[in-house]
Amino acid sequence: MECLGVEVSASAAPPLNERLSVRIRKCFPGANGGPSFTLDASFAVYAGFTILFGASGAGKTTLLDCVAGLQTPDEGQIVIGETALFDSLSRRNLPPSRRSVGYLLQSLALFPHMTVEQNVQYGLAALNRSEREARSREVLESFRISTMAGRRPGEISGGERQRVALARALVTRPRVLLLDEPLTALDAVTKTRIVDDLRAWNQRRGIPILYVTHDRDEVFALGENVIVLEAGRLVAQGSPHDVLHRPQSETVAQLAGFENIFECSVIGLHPEQGTMTCRIAGSALDVEAPLTRIDASQPVRVGIRAGDILVASAAPQGLSARNVLAGVITSLRQRDVTVIAKVNCGAEFEVHLTPGARQSLHLEPGTRVWLVVKTYSCHVLQESR
Amino acid sequence: MITQALTLTLRLAVVVSAVLLALGLPLAYWLAFSRRRWKFFVEAIVSLPIVLPPTVLGFYVLVAIGPLSPFGGWYQALTGHSLAFTFEGLVVGSVLYSLPFAVQPMAASFSSIDRKLLDASALLGASPRRTFWRIVLPLGLPGVLTGFVLSFAHTLGEFGVVLMIGGNIPGATQTVSILIYDQVQALDYTTANRTALLLLALCFALLTILYGLRRRSAWNVWGWK
Repeated sequence: MECLGVEVSASAAPPLNERLSVRIRKCFPGANGGPSFTLDASFAVYAGFTILFGASGAGKTTLLDCVAGLQTPDEGQIVIGETALFDSLSRRNLPPSRRSVGYLLQSLALFPHMTVEQNVQYGLAALNRSEREARSREVLESFRISTMAGRRPGEISGGERQRVALARALVTRPRVLLLDEPLTALDAVTKTRIVDDLRAWNQRRGIPILYVTHDRDEVFALGENVIVLEAGRLVAQGSPHDVLHRPQSETVAQLAGFENIFECSVIGLHPEQGTMTCRIAGSALDVEAPLTRIDASQPVRVGIRAGDILVASAAPQGLSARNVLAGVITSLRQRDVTVIAKVNCGAEFEVHLTPGARQSLHLEPGTRVWLVVKTYSCHVLQESR
Repeated sequence: MITQALTLTLRLAVVVSAVLLALGLPLAYWLAFSRRRWKFFVEAIVSLPIVLPPTVLGFYVLVAIGPLSPFGGWYQALTGHSLAFTFEGLVVGSVLYSLPFAVQPMAASFSSIDRKLLDASALLGASPRRTFWRIVLPLGLPGVLTGFVLSFAHTLGEFGVVLMIGGNIPGATQTVSILIYDQVQALDYTTANRTALLLLALCFALLTILYGLRRRSAWNVWGWK
């Protein structure tokens, strides 16, 4: 693109490459004598998207509120670059207005009595008029909302409101951006376009973007980095691939898409073979899983993806796979191009097949089949405390 | 006679509603957003004049502004005369008496504002003062207007407190409502009727304008809620 005339300052400045580090603890006493909830998390994130994943009630919004200064942790430290926003030791606690944190609340909280342009310029009170207008023009263009500058939030669509809220938060040049499930209500296409524009913006800015979601598809679609929160505790952090490759907690297991999760007891350890034998509770069914460092006297869970299971219509022989389980198909149903089969082998397994496989094997409810599962497709999950 | 009383009444209502606007806005803001535990105590005090007989309030205000009380004594030392039976005394009594009519609608409309908007304002770097002027006041404007007009109208029609504090001095403390009382006492029903009709028409016109304004769609900023 040809760039004539005055270059706008945001594109001229080098990316900040900010780092946000959080180490906080906040305890909520249980209501009416109920169990208390403790948020206890410690992590550092760098420029780019980080997905904060967890079930509702895992403490995601509380964590964002603490970073933004809307809630105060009991103890810990929140630091952007070299600036401490909160430090319980030195009793430092900056108010939200002085934190340089952009925060998109779940409700967006656009000011209903102001136009789009007035909303966007609200955070620029310290600048003079011409600078304010240049900055707001630039951000309105970046997020493709220049045409609706004179309208009120009540007069534009949901996707446009998200764009306005993003523009309003980013025009103040925050050093960190927090997004609390802002895009969940939008369709996939609208969402992707907004995220692409946000990514393009952050190419030039280089700030950490902490994106909260409980939707596992968004983790794969957006994440360069994932943090998994479970009951107030951080249970995993890394790239989506790393976190999902070896899931060790239940939240991650659900995230990774384990359709089959079985309660098991460990009945034998075979260090020489690198395996252990787990018996599925309530059945006489044993599965071989990779040897994992766990307390063998405690119950474990074994997770198996429905797509990792092979189906044979005759008893297979000469396989390297250690788990061959005989069973009967109880139900078959098709969703898009996936056939979902339920197979009773003494415990019920969910198996995903292609419609072609179903046809060539003549699979019907009642058909006798053998399920084949590799040892390394059995993931031993730790019960998180 | 009636022009004199009417001028005095209007002057009193203007001064009192102006004072209540200045006093009521911060008080209503505090009542709407404070998280203090003893807030209910202040709420009870503010609402007290609604249920209290005007004579009770008037009596205690009279005692408080009399030369024997610390406040009355201080005022007399400062100005050389007592607050009792003066226009200024009426203002003090009326402000207290109309306080709930100004503060309650204001506080109600402030507390109906989504707190997330105040959070959003702070996150965008705004001071509490800026948040008040740019967010709370514009969104709470219907309630502020209601409080202003109600305190004005309520002061117009007040009787007991004025009688207790101001007495009945034409030109100084004789308001329209006192004048009507005076005329009825003198068995001059024709004049009393004229004066009473005037006050009735005035209050009715004010309230009609108020409710007419609130109906207008221009106040409805929540187009998408």
